[in-house]
Amino acid sequence: MNTSGTGAAFRRDLANALGKIGAGSGAGAMIARLPVLVSVPLGLLVWAFAAGAHADDGFADRIEFSGRLSPETRLYPETAAYPGQRSHASGLSAELTAYYEGDEGESVTITPFFRYDAGDPDRTHADLREAYFLVYGDIGDDEWELRLGVDRVFWGVVESRPLVDIVNQTDLVENPNEKTKMGQPMVHVTWSGDWGALEFFGLTWHRERTLPGRHGRLRAGLVVDHDLTSYESSAEEWHLDFAGRYTGTFGPIDVGLSVFDGTNREPTLLPILAGTELVLAPYYEQITQFGLDTQLTTGPWLLKLEAIHRAGSQNRRLDQHFRYEEEDYAAFIAGAEYTIYAVWDSDADMSLIGEWARDGRGRWATNAFENDVLLAARLGLNDEQSTEFSVSVLQSLDNSSRVLGAEFKRRLSDSWSLHVESSVYLDIDEQDVIYDVRQDSFIGVNLDYNF
Amino acid sequence: MRFALPHPMLALPVVFLALVAWAVEPSAARAETAEEAGLRLATDSRERQKGFGNFTASLNMVLRNKRGQESKRELRLKVIEIEGDGDRTLFVFDRPRDVKGTAFLVHAHKDEPDEQWLYLPALKRVKRISSSKQSGSFMGSEFSYEDLSTAEVEKYTHRHLRDEACGDLQCAVLERIPLSEDSGYSRQLVWLDQEALRTMQIQFFDRRNDHLKTMVVEDYAQYLDRFWRAGKVAMTNHLTGKSTVLHWADYEFGTDLDEGDFTRTALKRVR
Repeated sequence: MNTSGTGAAFRRDLANALGKIGAGSGAGAMIARLPVLVSVPLGLLVWAFAAGAHADDGFADRIEFSGRLSPETRLYPETAAYPGQRSHASGLSAELTAYYEGDEGESVTITPFFRYDAGDPDRTHADLREAYFLVYGDIGDDEWELRLGVDRVFWGVVESRPLVDIVNQTDLVENPNEKTKMGQPMVHVTWSGDWGALEFFGLTWHRERTLPGRHGRLRAGLVVDHDLTSYESSAEEWHLDFAGRYTGTFGPIDVGLSVFDGTNREPTLLPILAGTELVLAPYYEQITQFGLDTQLTTGPWLLKLEAIHRAGSQNRRLDQHFRYEEEDYAAFIAGAEYTIYAVWDSDADMSLIGEWARDGRGRWATNAFENDVLLAARLGLNDEQSTEFSVSVLQSLDNSSRVLGAEFKRRLSDSWSLHVESSVYLDIDEQDVIYDVRQDSFIGVNLDYNF
Repeated sequence: MRFALPHPMLALPVVFLALVAWAVEPSAARAETAEEAGLRLATDSRERQKGFGNFTASLNMVLRNKRGQESKRELRLKVIEIEGDGDRTLFVFDRPRDVKGTAFLVHAHKDEPDEQWLYLPALKRVKRISSSKQSGSFMGSEFSYEDLSTAEVEKYTHRHLRDEACGDLQCAVLERIPLSEDSGYSRQLVWLDQEALRTMQIQFFDRRNDHLKTMVVEDYAQYLDRFWRAGKVAMTNHLTGKSTVLHWADYEFGTDLDEGDFTRTALKRVR
């Protein structure tokens, strides 16, 4: 095995990555645009500094740094399905947060993120996860909050995949589980009281989904060309998107209702002939989505439901003009989690999870959850190291496709922790969306240094 | 959930003292049963903790295993008292580093299950979690969730066993039996000092009635001339030989916290 991170391969990949930054494409484009995004929060930070100068405490005392440095190696033991794909993805990710808080609780948070990957240059990327100003106050017995800048927002309750969650773009090259999100510029206003919370979002500068490149695994058979990205809106990525959300708690029930109107976060990947090569061109439609996420918490049981209705997006059925069909659809994920406390008379807890995902588009759904069941077990030892094991199986109810998952987490010291993760793709049906990743079973090891 | 053990007991309003005196005096005519005495002492002790409004504090935990190896936990908490209901508590974790920024919100209730939410900063996710995890370890320590929650009088039956010396003080020894099936204990023995009714020691007996743990409370200090709060709480597990010592610091009463600081929205902006 070629040890990545050293030698010629490392220098070549790094040169590629830097070259891309210079060329202003892919990761480079992201970095090139960072100044636009950083300037607002940075201006706020300067303002905060000016304000801080008058305060009793020094500015330096009020600014707090934290972060995570995470060397990672991921191995793909099976033969690659497509030419050019590497058998490893190794490198490092770094996330640093600077936090400043003023006298009245107003604050500025800035969190840049960087990933270097020796296996897939397209996985080498930078993102501004957060750069926002936050201020809040009272309105009578209620409260308001304003967040201005780049932020991340999470909506949802289920474990199998984020369904309702739509404000932020998925940083897919980070993890195929779709749970890592990119920063999104927004104006986010919240009004909350004992009746719940109402949130309003104004969003612009749509972020393109990151997708593995030619040398990467866990990609489609064809290579994605980000230079061919197009939008339904003539405003392209600058379209103004809106979202609204209500959340409330009614005894054992937590409810979230949401609406989103704007640029789809999920690209349609259209095959296009570029020169002599057939490539995939990302296309982002204008969509309207209504979402519901709710959880009933009673004793050791959690009952969960997420459901959406989405209009304006395309499915993956190609018509005679070589275009995908537009199809309005509904989808849901329903499930339960049951926890056994002090299992086997020890300090450990065992959670058993069952979820059923259904997508109204059936076989033309754009994800692998058209009619699938997830069964999972998670064992938390509740020891000093917070050791945790979990195993899962995602089984299609329509065909033979099956994905096995296993995860292990353990704290090694106050700063270091270990995270091992594996996914195994078994009997993936030729008709399945994830057919192209059938050879991409992997095991990944992360050693996190937190500070 | 309010941290009863670390900050139990206190002086009480003169009016209430008078009421207790009035209530106790006439009953001297007939003998008070052990159960009545237990309930009276427990109720009195609990009542003396009420009326603090809100406070913030920081908490340092030292976990020691059988071989003497130590690991540390650091957290801050904010507590607000809710009229006629359980307290609301917000915990923010600082150490270990991998859970830094994680926050835990509890809306405790007297007559219905508590509501609990966990905030995971990496995903910016707020997760409603079950409050059934009474007997589970809190952050890998020898304290369970129920050890750290307020010992509401309604959650136990009480019996006064005896009076005896405890250090320099005189203590009343109560036995209390948890009513909840989720509790990890068959019974507890509680030492309350007779002067201020502060918890000085608790012995915990597991479901097999073995003496599982002992908690010793020290370094009491009085705040606002009323409320006694512990500086140090040590829990020893007799079955495993492990122990955890809690060090309380930075108590601050009468802060500008309000109910809006204990919502799901507030949970997401915690640092």
